[in-house]
Amino acid sequence: MSMKNVAVTRMLALYSKEFREYRRNRSIVATMAVIPLGIVFFPLIEVLAAPASAASALLKGDPLVILLGIPAILPSILAGYAIVGEREQGTLEPMLTTPIQRSELLLAKALAALVPTLAVAYVVYALFLTITRLFAQPAIAAAVLQGPDLLVQILFTPLIAFLSIWVAIGISTRSSDVRVAQQLAAITGLPTLLVAYLAAFNVIPATLGVALVIATALLILDGIGWRIVSALFDRERLITGTS
Amino acid sequence: MDAEIEEPGEQRSGPALSAKGLTKRFGDRVAFQDVSFDIGYGEVFGFLGPNGAGKTTTVRTLGTLIAPTSGMATVTGIPLTPENGVRIRQRIAIMPEAPGLYLRLTVAENLECFAGLYALPDARQRIQRALQAVTLAGRANDLCGKLSKGLRQRVSLARALLNDADVLFLDEPTSGLDPVAAHEVHELIVGLRERGVTIFLTTHRLEEAERLCDRVALLNTTLRAIGRPDELREQLFARTLTVSTLAPLPEPSRAFDALPAVTGWRRDDQNDQNGAATYILTVSDAMIAAPAVTRALVAGGADVLSIAESHHSLEDVYLELINEDVEAERTASAPVVRKAAAP
Repeated sequence: MSMKNVAVTRMLALYSKEFREYRRNRSIVATMAVIPLGIVFFPLIEVLAAPASAASALLKGDPLVILLGIPAILPSILAGYAIVGEREQGTLEPMLTTPIQRSELLLAKALAALVPTLAVAYVVYALFLTITRLFAQPAIAAAVLQGPDLLVQILFTPLIAFLSIWVAIGISTRSSDVRVAQQLAAITGLPTLLVAYLAAFNVIPATLGVALVIATALLILDGIGWRIVSALFDRERLITGTS
Repeated sequence: MDAEIEEPGEQRSGPALSAKGLTKRFGDRVAFQDVSFDIGYGEVFGFLGPNGAGKTTTVRTLGTLIAPTSGMATVTGIPLTPENGVRIRQRIAIMPEAPGLYLRLTVAENLECFAGLYALPDARQRIQRALQAVTLAGRANDLCGKLSKGLRQRVSLARALLNDADVLFLDEPTSGLDPVAAHEVHELIVGLRERGVTIFLTTHRLEEAERLCDRVALLNTTLRAIGRPDELREQLFARTLTVSTLAPLPEPSRAFDALPAVTGWRRDDQNDQNGAATYILTVSDAMIAAPAVTRALVAGGADVLSIAESHHSLEDVYLELINEDVEAERTASAPVVRKAAAP
């Protein structure tokens, strides 16, 4: 077997294990349902209640941007558990005695948080748009369903999710308590949510230039996040609790 | 990057495990110090010591989980360096003291995960074999969270068997097991030894170590002793015969002094009962001394109740060495009483 295949096999093994654990953990399933509902509720009410005359105001901002709170908050709950959770249930040491490499372990953990986040986020966007189209004023629906806005949504979701994931895994590698790790990780998603609100209310102008700048910044931050988390992941400290 | 993965079991020359002056410190605290040994393929090596002696840290060090502070080691012939971590971990398996299972997953799902982490090509067959080895084939679909402590321990052992490791580190493998299950694990260890697998067995059960291990090492931060259990007994304890007679001998020195292979004797008053007398004879060879003692006593008209060679267990060796350490520590930490200066 080639090195690449071996790496993929190991990552798939860990990824599958994570999914099986999610499926059987009611609190995770509940979190994945409640957080998106909490984020989508008010924008949806606002859009449905808006009179047709508000369409021009909507065109200036991007109400959909608020939904980027989902990739900012949701994966941090999953990724916050990634390392400290394994440690707390005593499974980290057996896992680290296998040939899995640091990069494989971290990527598998990151993907296991990313994939459900993308699935939930895109399903929520689709539902939001469908409901808007069916029940909002036609002028409002037309203002919300803008091609560039949808593109921003599709492209920014994984970029924001990855950043949240690296921050959360970083916290998880340094934390000794699952709840503390998850709460801290969720808090670190709030600045992203704030930026999204500012864009939605046109405080930050939702232009192509701004979008490109933010996307580039997110890409760079994702790369930096990956490097920092790799550096933080110290087998010895994780096993013995000493540095 | 597309280099082929080495198959375990390729290099089999030299020792399976070798350590030279291996030391691990956490800041000022010494976990273990100056540990040296060579362990061959197919050897069952017992690693004994009190709690906090550094046994688990040694296993973690040899298992590439933590880096030694100084010293050298090879595992299956591969130098213990950070770069060789993956190669070493492909050839070893560690069963930690705590089972460390995913409790929301079934037994089979736990093993599937680990078979994947080892990138084993024939995972299904290996999982089946491992489960059969620990007699858990019928529990494959049970959730680990619903298993008893002993059954979890067996799943953990099955997990360690998955990759057909050259060196298997077992930390208290029979802890929490009932006598039948413990016996099955012992048989499994014997079977693995016959297949040439090196077993590094950490245990507090000294009778288990005595029964299974070719050699044992006693660690108490430093390596206090290493060798076959009978070698250690001989090193620490003189061979003795315990002789009981119905009544005290009128002239014991006349009976014992000139006998072949008897190097000394003493009366053991503490074991005297109902007027009988007990004598402890230090001997160089019990096979020569015992018949000679019997003949001499009978010729002298003594009523012999019993003649037995004293047997020292591995537990006696262990206690002797650990008590020496405790005594040494006590002496070292005793407050120095200074005499008051004369007025």
